[in-house]
Amino acid sequence: MNTPMLGKLAACGFALIMLQSCWEAPNTQSTQTGFRGTGMIDTKNDKTLANLQSLNRIPEAAPVPADTGPGPKAKDVFENVQVLGDLSVAEFTGTMVAITSWVSPEEGCTYCHVAGNFASEELYTKAVSRRMMEMTRDINSNWTDHVGETGVTCLTCHRGNNVPEYIWFEQDGPRTAAGMSAKSYQQNHAAMNVGSTSMLSDPFSKYLSDEPAAIRVIAQNALPYKGVDAISSTQDTENTYSLMVHMSESLGVNCTACHNTRAFTSWEQSPPARMTAWHGLQMVPELNKTYLEPLGPTYPANRLGPLGDAPKVSCATCHQGVSKPFYGQSMLEDFPAWKGVRDE
Amino acid sequence: MAMLNFEKKYRVRGGTLVGGDLFDFWIGSFYVGFFGVTTIFFATVGTLLIIYGASLGDTWNVWRISIAPPDLSYGLSFAPLKEGGLWQIITICAIGAFSSWALRQVEIARKLGMGYHIPIAFGFAIFAYVALVVIRPVLLGAWGHGFPYGILSHLDWVSNVGYQFLHFHYNPAHMLAVSFFFANVLALSLHGGLVLSATNPPQGETVKTPDHEDTYFRDIIGYSIGTLGIHRLGMFLAVSAAFWSAICIIISGPFWSKGWPEWWNWWLELPVWN
Repeated sequence: MNTPMLGKLAACGFALIMLQSCWEAPNTQSTQTGFRGTGMIDTKNDKTLANLQSLNRIPEAAPVPADTGPGPKAKDVFENVQVLGDLSVAEFTGTMVAITSWVSPEEGCTYCHVAGNFASEELYTKAVSRRMMEMTRDINSNWTDHVGETGVTCLTCHRGNNVPEYIWFEQDGPRTAAGMSAKSYQQNHAAMNVGSTSMLSDPFSKYLSDEPAAIRVIAQNALPYKGVDAISSTQDTENTYSLMVHMSESLGVNCTACHNTRAFTSWEQSPPARMTAWHGLQMVPELNKTYLEPLGPTYPANRLGPLGDAPKVSCATCHQGVSKPFYGQSMLEDFPAWKGVRDE
Repeated sequence: MAMLNFEKKYRVRGGTLVGGDLFDFWIGSFYVGFFGVTTIFFATVGTLLIIYGASLGDTWNVWRISIAPPDLSYGLSFAPLKEGGLWQIITICAIGAFSSWALRQVEIARKLGMGYHIPIAFGFAIFAYVALVVIRPVLLGAWGHGFPYGILSHLDWVSNVGYQFLHFHYNPAHMLAVSFFFANVLALSLHGGLVLSATNPPQGETVKTPDHEDTYFRDIIGYSIGTLGIHRLGMFLAVSAAFWSAICIIISGPFWSKGWPEWWNWWLELPVWN
């Protein structure tokens, strides 16, 4: 083989390697969400599906059954138990062990507790986890419109990590030049939060923080005309699009999971999943406002964002790539302590 | 019936692909041929089936009549007539009619002793249609991936399929197709404007020659592609637009099932800066 031939082969090989991330093998599964012929279909590659399935499997763990017997409660036996004190001692300690396996499997109990003095308030992680436990029970008892009977546990977000993988902070936006190009409106850069689009890279501060903006951008008139104000700007519309792409990517679905795109606003033409999503859009800002944002002063500086704010939740925090976290498998039967505050 | 001056050249026997002399005749100014007969057959059956399908639907409003493909659950098998089977037969009729028409163009080209430019160009349009209703559905494993036959319903389908990939404008082949369509429009408008200007001179002036046309474009953009060249360019642009349209939908799903924006991650992941 002569040298130019080798060069050509090397070039072809290089091109193939470069192109490998550019296409998938045509092995797919499709699901239909609308009437036939509407194009409301979700197509997933087998490789993507296998990957998601391995990422969203609940690890084997010993269940901690409900113990509502007459025995003493945790709050009566242990010192300084402010949440979960309504559980029996056995259920309480079992729950603590489960939390450790979900949140700090390597660090163990001492991730939140001072060894030898479990009642101590010295570690900030204890204060944070206490709030998180309240939040979990709040979600499972008051947000069933979104989480249904499936509910959530620590594992839904943490998956063995001290800090859940998918959280968000307020962003300063990428560094920009001075002068006319100084303002980038946090766009025109590939943003991973929003599916690599060049749209608004931080839709969270706008739509998921304590005072969420309305997501209503579709015009009520076919054409703008004198005397009728546009209900939203092009910028608002694109920002909404940005949030919606984040939702799609977080849930591993496309726009047609919740919308018949011929009429995005029309509830009559939308699949029922849109209702669940709507409640989620009410829940997330409320959780950020009530639980996540107020924890700011509790955290050390290394847990805060570049602008000094506390870590917050988005759709991705729980969903992690699937429309129902863990494909809708509930853990509440095995860990009923999380269903809500026990009646006395 | 009076003959147009070029019809003497056109009305010659022979050049047929199938059937020999059997259908080698004209009705009025229209050549029939074997493929003229099959075109009429498929077009008539297909149209009647669409009308039958419309009669099963809930509207006679031409904008809203829709013949939908089967549910995905039927996969690549035949569906009952009223649950997408009609769509399947109409699809066969459409492909039959379009292909027949292309082959009729071939026979006419052979009679005229000219190249096959017209059937080849039309072939790209047929390819785009077949890509939508056969190639992509087969690759995805269900006829239900085809588009419905209806004026508004097929547009709704386009919208939803675009949103299946979050933002279809990031599809690189779609970008190429759109660019070729726009370039084609620009070229056609420049060419049409030039020809109309050259052939419609002011009172008292003569019709301008190609030399004049060349000079005009050499003056304004420094180059004139010429009278023959503009038609080659036109064919290239039009055929490329249709070709990349077909490619952009074939790759959507079978070869890329995520959002199109993230396809571009290959660029971000280039080892040069990653």
